Amino acid sequence: MFSSVYSAAILGMEALSVQVEADVSDGLPMFSMVGYVNSQVKETQDRVRTALHNKGLGLPAKRITVNLAPGDMRKEGTGYDLPVALAILTALGKIPPQKLAGVMVVGELGLDGKVKGVPGILPIVHKARRLGFRACMVPWENEREGQLIEGIQAVGVKDLQEAIDWLKKGGKEVRGKAGQAWPLMTAEKGEKADFRDIRGQEGAVRATLIAAAGMHNLLYIGSPGSGKSMLARRIPGILPPLTREESLELTEIYSIAGMLPKEPPIIGQRPFRSPHHTISAQALAGGGRNPRPGEITLAHKGVLFLDEFPEFSRRALEILRQPLEERCIHISRVQGTYAFPAGCVLVAAMNPCRCGYYPDLNRCQCTPAQVRRYMGKISGPLLDRLDLCVETREPTYEQISGEKGRVSSAELRETVARVQEIQRVRYGDGGIQFNSQLDSADVERHCPLTEEARQCMERIYTKSRLSLRAYHRILKVSRTIADLEQSEIIQAAHVREAFGYRMMERV
Amino acid sequence: MEKDFQEKTNKVERVFRDQENYPARLRPFPGMPACLYVSGRLPREDQATVGIVGARNCSGYGRHVAWEYARIFSDCGVQVISGMAMGIDGESHRGALQGRTPTFAALGCGVDVCYPRENRELFEKIPRTGGLISEFPPGAPPRGRHFPARNRIISGLSDVLLVVEARKKSGSLITVDFALEQGKSVFAVPGRVTDRLSEGCNALIAQGAGIAMSPEMVLNELGMDTYREKGQDKKNKIRLASDLDLVYSCVDFRPTDYETIIRKCGYPPGQTLALLTELQILGLAEEVGKNYYVRLSRHE
Repeated sequence: MFSSVYSAAILGMEALSVQVEADVSDGLPMFSMVGYVNSQVKETQDRVRTALHNKGLGLPAKRITVNLAPGDMRKEGTGYDLPVALAILTALGKIPPQKLAGVMVVGELGLDGKVKGVPGILPIVHKARRLGFRACMVPWENEREGQLIEGIQAVGVKDLQEAIDWLKKGGKEVRGKAGQAWPLMTAEKGEKADFRDIRGQEGAVRATLIAAAGMHNLLYIGSPGSGKSMLARRIPGILPPLTREESLELTEIYSIAGMLPKEPPIIGQRPFRSPHHTISAQALAGGGRNPRPGEITLAHKGVLFLDEFPEFSRRALEILRQPLEERCIHISRVQGTYAFPAGCVLVAAMNPCRCGYYPDLNRCQCTPAQVRRYMGKISGPLLDRLDLCVETREPTYEQISGEKGRVSSAELRETVARVQEIQRVRYGDGGIQFNSQLDSADVERHCPLTEEARQCMERIYTKSRLSLRAYHRILKVSRTIADLEQSEIIQAAHVREAFGYRMMERV
Repeated sequence: MEKDFQEKTNKVERVFRDQENYPARLRPFPGMPACLYVSGRLPREDQATVGIVGARNCSGYGRHVAWEYARIFSDCGVQVISGMAMGIDGESHRGALQGRTPTFAALGCGVDVCYPRENRELFEKIPRTGGLISEFPPGAPPRGRHFPARNRIISGLSDVLLVVEARKKSGSLITVDFALEQGKSVFAVPGRVTDRLSEGCNALIAQGAGIAMSPEMVLNELGMDTYREKGQDKKNKIRLASDLDLVYSCVDFRPTDYETIIRKCGYPPGQTLALLTELQILGLAEEVGKNYYVRLSRHE
């Protein structure tokens, strides 16, 4: 007899429904799986056969064929165990077929029949709701994750028997109602890293505030131990809290990457990703035969921090260029192109030279050529995408002990929220959210200069021989500074300050 | 392109020791090259010369001093001799080019080879009025062993040698040794005792070198009248707005960083940065490293 159960596959950022068909017929006893499955999925048959056996549901000596449709899509992962088992049981007549109508099933089986968690539950449940399924059967440990989606029942099952019982009787006690768990989970956790801990660094804090307000990419240059990472680590804390939609989007990404925390299974805080400089290009950008999100995607809506910037492999860094501009990364495979979101702020940190003390010539022993070579490790086009560049410096003893000039993350967060609101009103729904996203045409429209500011810009432009790109960058940063100072029109002082944050030229 | 190259190589002249125009300053010393290659021309015999040497990896202070001294020498009709290297050498040529007298560079490579590449502009400008001089044939690459050799030509061509900045074990001190052997007087620009870059200079002074506290002291040695620059301290007479003036006073001749300036002047960071930019536009400060500023008072 033939039966079919719905399951789902993850391709890139998207869940696609997969039909698991099973047929039990007379013939030589065997179990075969078809439907472009990889070896990982082939192992399903052993797990299913043993699990059924151990639950007292041994397979009859018949010819069993399982097909995963559509057949032209490569299947990966272990989430097909449960649907395959249920499809076989239905085909054997142990479960009435109509009970499975409108139910999507995902889960891995243990040899003892226990159902184990799998990654990617959230997008699968999301997809099931959009396709009009009434329920989604998920592993018990992923139940809370599935319940983040409203309008569909996510049923967590502990073992195969529970799954069968639920299907037969229809209904089982669930831990919470769909969508209800939300407010509990996003309850703000006390942020530990606060800007209050930063001593001195007034200039760098100011630059960080500007970067956060306009979502500008930022580069810290400073000697070792001057607090570059300390500053970067605190940036997510001054960005506005995630909205529900943003949080869901992030949770989907982490769900696909299999990196959701257990309790609660939600990303309620802006991510801060700080990969080590030995990272491969694939791990940074995302990759694999069936691409998985890379660090740049995991940092979506948050901060991607690259410490020791020049030490990263050139290939890995060059990959960042396009996604930083487009806020998403495209990965092409034979089967198609996958797009992953990449709307993060890039924060980079580096020493000014190999020894870290240039231009303090009493401590720096590097030759000018060495200093140049160190800077030269980062390609110009990538430096071009960093809007702000600022020095960090070890604080003096008075600054370490004093309270002067310290601001808390809460104050900064308020300012950032205010400035981002100004930008939201200005750009409306035009596809631009932040000043950093302005292109050259937008810059002219949205960055009006006073006469004095225009003259100042002209002098800077001719004196410093700026490139057009650098010119636009200064304008974009001035725009954010003007927004910070609540000025609709950009003043000369804003332009001058923005010039001070321009990228370090090659020495 | 090809034509350019042709022109340049065509301009290279050979001067043999037995020729009349071989520099008289080099004649008395043994071990001087039998043949000099010259692009441009040789220093005039009837005009005084000062050699300026120093560290390649110099500080903003050294750069400033080298430039300023060289310009004043040049304005007073002294031919500045140096080695067209990075740092002090290059800066001396730049200063000298601002003045009225030609400047000359002794090279450690062929006179048609631009080394270091960063000094391309000097390589092109110097021979227009002054000259590039080398004992190595055209096309010779810069080699480590060539440089001590060219140092004896720098010292030989100079009536007085001025060391601007040198570490304890500096190549500039080789030039000093040659100068002393050749019986030339040596001057050094004093520096702070804490600056490593001034250790060499201060040590020279301790050993009896002249102290070049001002360009006049060197000019006096050459028997020239004390020099007074017209409109001296012109920059300082520019009246700055009070906030600008305060920030300007926080910027030093050695690189001062942004955080230190904020702390000293007491303005909020954004405003301080805007004022620093203003100083740069006015030509009163320069950003030498990221957010490190040095004071300028030279005329450009």
